Amino acid sequence: MSQPSTPAPRNPDGSRRTFMKQAGGMLGLALAPPFLAQAERLTALSKKVAGVSTISLKVNGTVRSIRAEPRVTLLDALREYLDLTGSKKGCDHGQCGACTVLVDGRRVNSCLTLAVMSQGKEITTIEGLAKEGGELHPMQAAFLKHDGFQCGYCTPGQILSGIACVQEGHAGSEAEVREWMSGNLCRCSAYPNITAAILEAKGKMG
Amino acid sequence: MNNFSYTQADKAKDATAAKRDDKSAAFIAGGTTLLDLMKLNVENHGQLIDVNLLPFRGIAMTKDGLRIGALERMSDVGAHPLVVQQFAMVSESLLLAASAQLRNMASIGGNVLQRTRCGYFRDTAFPCNKREPGSGCPALEGDNRNLAILGTSDACIATSYPGDLAVALIALDAVLTLENAKGKQRQVPLTKFYLLPGTTPQRETVLEADELIVAVTIPQTEMARKSKYLKVRDRASYAYALVSAAVGLEVQGGVVKGARVALGGVGAQPWRCFEAEKMLVGKPATEATFRAAAEVALRGAKPREHNTFKVEMAQNTLVRALSEVAAA
Repeated sequence: MSQPSTPAPRNPDGSRRTFMKQAGGMLGLALAPPFLAQAERLTALSKKVAGVSTISLKVNGTVRSIRAEPRVTLLDALREYLDLTGSKKGCDHGQCGACTVLVDGRRVNSCLTLAVMSQGKEITTIEGLAKEGGELHPMQAAFLKHDGFQCGYCTPGQILSGIACVQEGHAGSEAEVREWMSGNLCRCSAYPNITAAILEAKGKMG
Repeated sequence: MNNFSYTQADKAKDATAAKRDDKSAAFIAGGTTLLDLMKLNVENHGQLIDVNLLPFRGIAMTKDGLRIGALERMSDVGAHPLVVQQFAMVSESLLLAASAQLRNMASIGGNVLQRTRCGYFRDTAFPCNKREPGSGCPALEGDNRNLAILGTSDACIATSYPGDLAVALIALDAVLTLENAKGKQRQVPLTKFYLLPGTTPQRETVLEADELIVAVTIPQTEMARKSKYLKVRDRASYAYALVSAAVGLEVQGGVVKGARVALGGVGAQPWRCFEAEKMLVGKPATEATFRAAAEVALRGAKPREHNTFKVEMAQNTLVRALSEVAAA
């Protein structure tokens, strides 16, 4: 994968944590053109895209635009262009689930999704889960309570996948959670705690 | 991943014409196989034609059977009440495949065009007759544990289709509807869709360059309803099949009236077992009958150094699947 031609400006102190704290406000002020509401459809003029073009992505409720080639995946768009580094690149081949995000409410592997094909869709990443005051999503809180991680690298994907697992109605038992979460690998093997967290969050998600 | 241009087609004719006019182009729906292989440089395409806006959707019963639009996603089809109730093995084959994420992405049309997981095919450092015709096949004497034992050739022993759905579809006499750049449609049964490797393992299906899969139609039968997809793999979930069996039975008074049998994980292509089916019909639905049929199904198997276990495993998988369906 080549370097992006127009990377998003990095925040001055380079701290991801600082950026994360500011992200809510920054996103609100994002310089976005009017969003193309015609679901998924590009304008007639841009039906064929070669080279760098403007790609508008609605991430966590806010439309932001990047200039990128068609080969840029949604995962790379999030991480390298929009500085939303919560979604992780593990295998980059759809085998590990670390890149899991929700697209129109469905969990997908963002590493096997093209950014150019994600326009007009609602994308939810780990950065979009907590409420504005900082109150965590029930799934995030349950992962903390049950220690559903060790190194933490797979955690954003686990949490997004866990939310979808509950919303799909596939969190009826420990066995069901294990089967329906099998697309998210945890090399630290925190599976018992991840399973417990999802089962608890299920009761708290409205 | 090498760069490509992206075209969003909103008419089938635009998509098929664009593909006809550009030999380097590929259709993209879910992209789960395509982008994986493009990142590995196993496939390179100058243009990707996005077919997701085309109207090839819907899951509905027709006079010919259940018609599923090629752009429907695995997760939606696998959970659809008609599929669950009337085509059990199809639902099971979908929901036992891949992961929840991939099933949300992958289309039915793309699924039947999955490509092999043979490690030599996926690694461009090695020769591979499927990837580079005439370059050789290191799998013959190499790591062939996951590869095929039926329908192979000296040029290729890959399980060309490594997935699950097409095994169920081929068992149930499903038919693909294809459409070309002239707007002309044709029907191709799954049993005639896949090509054995022979001396041309690079040719995997009868799909023409300008053809797009529009739909798959599955005849509604008692054998489709009373059916099972049994998958055996190295880990409990999220793995390709070592061996799988798609079986359907019609049993009356303890006697088999009709049978549908196919195997996955062992054939150079999804493997329909016509001889085993013939043998089952008219016989008592007992384990002895199923064992005899399983032996016939694996007759002619040519295992290699690391996959001799697949012969017995496939037989046992078939016997168990048939026994469970008969008992259900």
